[in-house]
Amino acid sequence: MAFLNALPGAVAQGLIWGIMAVGVYLTFKVLDIADLTVDGSITTGACVCAILLSNGTNVWVALLAAFLAGALAGLVTALFHTFMGIPAILAGILTQLMLWSINLKILGQANMPVSARTLPVLLTQLKVNTAICIGLGFVAVIIVALYWFFGTEYGSGVRATGCNPRMAKAQGINVNFNKSFGLVLSNGLVALSGALLAQYQGFADINMGKGAIVIGLAAVIIGTAAVSWIPKYGKNFAMQLFGVVLGGVIYYIVYQLVISLGLDTDLLKMLSALVVAVFLGVPYLRKKYSFSKILKKWGFVKKSVLVDEVAAKGIINAAEEEAPVMVVEAPVVVDESHKKANPFDEKPIDDAAHRIEKNASKDGGEV
Amino acid sequence: MLIINDIYKTFNKGTVNEKKALNGIDLVLNDGDFVTVIGGNGAGKSTLMNIVAGTYTPDKGEVIIDGVNVTEMPEHKRAKYLGRVFQDPIMGTAAGMQIDENLALAARRGKRRFLKPGITKKERLEYKELLRILDLGLENRMSTKVELLSGGQRQSLTLLMATLQKPKLLLLDEHTAALDPKTAKKVLELTDQIVKDNSLTTLMITHNMQDAIKYGNRLIMLSDGKIVLDIRGEEKAKLTVPDLLKLFGQKTGEEMASDKLLLS
Repeated sequence: MAFLNALPGAVAQGLIWGIMAVGVYLTFKVLDIADLTVDGSITTGACVCAILLSNGTNVWVALLAAFLAGALAGLVTALFHTFMGIPAILAGILTQLMLWSINLKILGQANMPVSARTLPVLLTQLKVNTAICIGLGFVAVIIVALYWFFGTEYGSGVRATGCNPRMAKAQGINVNFNKSFGLVLSNGLVALSGALLAQYQGFADINMGKGAIVIGLAAVIIGTAAVSWIPKYGKNFAMQLFGVVLGGVIYYIVYQLVISLGLDTDLLKMLSALVVAVFLGVPYLRKKYSFSKILKKWGFVKKSVLVDEVAAKGIINAAEEEAPVMVVEAPVVVDESHKKANPFDEKPIDDAAHRIEKNASKDGGEV
Repeated sequence: MLIINDIYKTFNKGTVNEKKALNGIDLVLNDGDFVTVIGGNGAGKSTLMNIVAGTYTPDKGEVIIDGVNVTEMPEHKRAKYLGRVFQDPIMGTAAGMQIDENLALAARRGKRRFLKPGITKKERLEYKELLRILDLGLENRMSTKVELLSGGQRQSLTLLMATLQKPKLLLLDEHTAALDPKTAKKVLELTDQIVKDNSLTTLMITHNMQDAIKYGNRLIMLSDGKIVLDIRGEEKAKLTVPDLLKLFGQKTGEEMASDKLLLS
């Protein structure tokens, strides 16, 4: 019963964190950057909003200011990364640490109440249903705007930057500028979410952003997985964004459930981190220890039987008719190095493996 | 069209790994030249290509494309003059994006990108026609993500992308090396056809001597960062692989070409 009572609150909170998760999606999925600035910029948004509201500023102006403050934080990370050549992950950590001091200066104290009774807040947990509606409104506007943007010429360039920076450069796209733009936009959204959160929970706290990236990633992973099974539209960009917000909601519902089951709340951060670690690790492990590979290794299946799925679906290969046939009768030698060196393998290129390599080298700071 | 003027490039200068990749390269390509570039491993072929493309800046010398000195121009800015196909099929396309989206990106090479739609219906129809010419069935799969294509399909698509907007210079960096022989042949024939149809100025690195002789109107050989051989026109047409191997031995002082050169 306690859980059901807490459900609307979890949904409202999930929606607000969902906006934050959309910000994380932009860097993590679209730009292929793990940006840790968000732990700081979500707090920055909350602090800016709290201080402005308590000084009598209009709530919309306060939200805009929070967005801009977050964007500025993103710009700092972007400059560290693109201009100074610092690996993105480290650049984010540096900015995050800087923001801790800056947030303290903005707020002037470790925490500050944002009272719904005295201040003109937009949403509060005292009126959960209104808060949910307002949260939904923000989500809808953001998803529509982002969907439109990433369909434009410029937005396509940003997507290409994340997909393949070398190709983007060869197509005349300014990779560094686009990365910076993505970081600015992402952190702006994160700070906006922080500003809404401060109003909703009724206070801003200097430590409220701790571990935010993990919640954001959890929402991204859970959410995109949740919508991916939808036929035809599951991979659609707008649907993915919707999924990310949904992921935030699911995260907070599960969170409430776990609390109402009486779990020690001290352990929640650890559990969140473990969930994210497992989900991030699964694709890699599945690749490494796939069922078919194990079969091959133990010699149950001949190599030629394991025709690539894509080819099996009848998709045309470039050298379809005359592609050299792999030896059928030969004893199965499962040797990955051999497979890589074999130029006759006319099948979709292993992007995941490639991406892992790419990431490994990328942290050397490709600028 | 392309003037390469006294280019020097050394990697890891001042360390034990110092490598002089280019040692005073001078090269002038005329409009419509199709030049094949051969040379052993470490001869400087790829470095030369990367300096023209802007991936590296030379230590000394200059690169002039179509009358513009691009030596210091960043890679993404000089992309408007260049069409490029890389050795690795993964490099030339955005794997997570659709076939038509990739083409639309290439169609906007060198143009400013604003908030207009990233791809229009009219464009889609045009791309469909172009893909039909490739004869790979891609015209019916335009919204497929490129990551599902084979290496040969990807290289063909990259080639189409590189020439969608007629480039001043087409750079092919061993673009068939990662493909099986049959597919490589197809892609090369396609290359030749596109180059001829658009009379593109082209620089093609290859490891295959037969291809180096068969395609193009001019052949240059690199060794130790220098151009040691430059054959064109009639003389090139008469060239045979044994001739070339002999020349290779004479010019580089090495008795044998690498197995890769001989066997491919």
